[in-house]
Amino acid sequence: MNFKLKALTKSIWVYHMSTGSCNNCDIEIIDMLTPRFDAERFGITLVGSVRHADAIPVTGSLNLKAVPRIKQVYEQAAKPCVVIAIGTCSCGQGIFKNGPNCPNPVDSLLPVDIYIPGCPPKPEAMIAGIMKLIEKLKGNITIPTA
Amino acid sequence: MLKYLFNFVIFPGFLFTACFGLMACWIDRKVTSRIQWRVGPPWYQPFMDLVKLSIKEIIVPRTASKELFFLSPMLGLSAATLVSMLVWLVNIDPGSKGFSGDIIVIVYLLTIPAIAVILGASASGNPLASLGASREIKMVMAYELPFIISLIVPIIKSHGLLRLNEIINYQVANGPFITSLSGIIAFIVMIFCIQAKLGLVPFDASEAETEIMGGTFIEYSGMLLAIFKLTKTMLMVVLPLFLITLFWQGFSFLSLWKYVIILVIIILIRNTNPRVRIDQAVRFFWGKMTLLAVLAVLLAVKGL
Repeated sequence: MNFKLKALTKSIWVYHMSTGSCNNCDIEIIDMLTPRFDAERFGITLVGSVRHADAIPVTGSLNLKAVPRIKQVYEQAAKPCVVIAIGTCSCGQGIFKNGPNCPNPVDSLLPVDIYIPGCPPKPEAMIAGIMKLIEKLKGNITIPTA
Repeated sequence: MLKYLFNFVIFPGFLFTACFGLMACWIDRKVTSRIQWRVGPPWYQPFMDLVKLSIKEIIVPRTASKELFFLSPMLGLSAATLVSMLVWLVNIDPGSKGFSGDIIVIVYLLTIPAIAVILGASASGNPLASLGASREIKMVMAYELPFIISLIVPIIKSHGLLRLNEIINYQVANGPFITSLSGIIAFIVMIFCIQAKLGLVPFDASEAETEIMGGTFIEYSGMLLAIFKLTKTMLMVVLPLFLITLFWQGFSFLSLWKYVIILVIIILIRNTNPRVRIDQAVRFFWGKMTLLAVLAVLLAVKGL
């Protein structure tokens, strides 16, 4: 197997980006890193700076204030870097679909690699989603695009 | 000449110490995760982190001073490699006699990785990095004082020997210094000092992730960050080894348990303490630790 790809998928450092969410998804992301679920088994660690990140989980409905900021954060990440849309709001805008403050879906601005729906998604769902993303990057499964 | 190059690059120097240090890093993460009642990463996790970082993109900020930004990780790594070669050779190579005063050279070389971190952070042009750099400067000033005072204890106890090789031989002949009262006090002070030198949790205010977002390393990415991490893991081998050399009859591969004991003490201190503020850290080192170190020196002069 490709050693580069193995190294990239075995050590995913996560920088968590909230774009105006209600904080439920953020709490669930923190839950994913607790001893009960132990994401460090797969090498997933939370890092402080976006320069160190390999994956950016985006939560929230992406309001207008957050639009330039999330662009800037994505541009500052060292590539290759994947974007994970977590929660119904960032997957398909949820109840804010017709809201005046949130006209842009996340995937109209960033190249989203995987969508994990749920309000909020459970930590099991997130781990399963990230495992599917790894399989997709390895080319083992194909996920139909939206 | 070729032998020195081999020593520097492969056997006790860069490659060997790096692999040893990455395994120590894995032990650190594994013990931490067992303390927190979870499974923890597989043994190759630190290697994977390093490989992953080295194939990622390097971003140089527009406000950064480019040369210093690239050179300071190399400076830290070369100093850590040199000091690891010196300490290993004294311990495991009976043909190596070292040179007179190598203990002082090692003290100077052990400061260089911290200075490299400070230089790199202030070259990156980030306000949070400069905050981290200022904290790192204060931390260096804080822990160097008790470190050097407690370093005097083995020199006094061996009647003024300044060569690591002779200090080991003196201990083999007369018993390890750690069994005496002044030796054990100086050893405890040294343990706290190497905790601060490694930047582990009670004294990691300069790279506080939750507070200043990685602090000194905030702008570093890719290969340069990997070099900084590698320097830290190499110091994780060198500093306990230096301690064993000074107080505990020296190191051989049969006495690996000495290294493991010191490593586990460091990990336990790391896991049972919250991060202290920088003023608390300075007060701790210049107050209690310096007093203890001076007490150990006085006891050593008395011959205890």
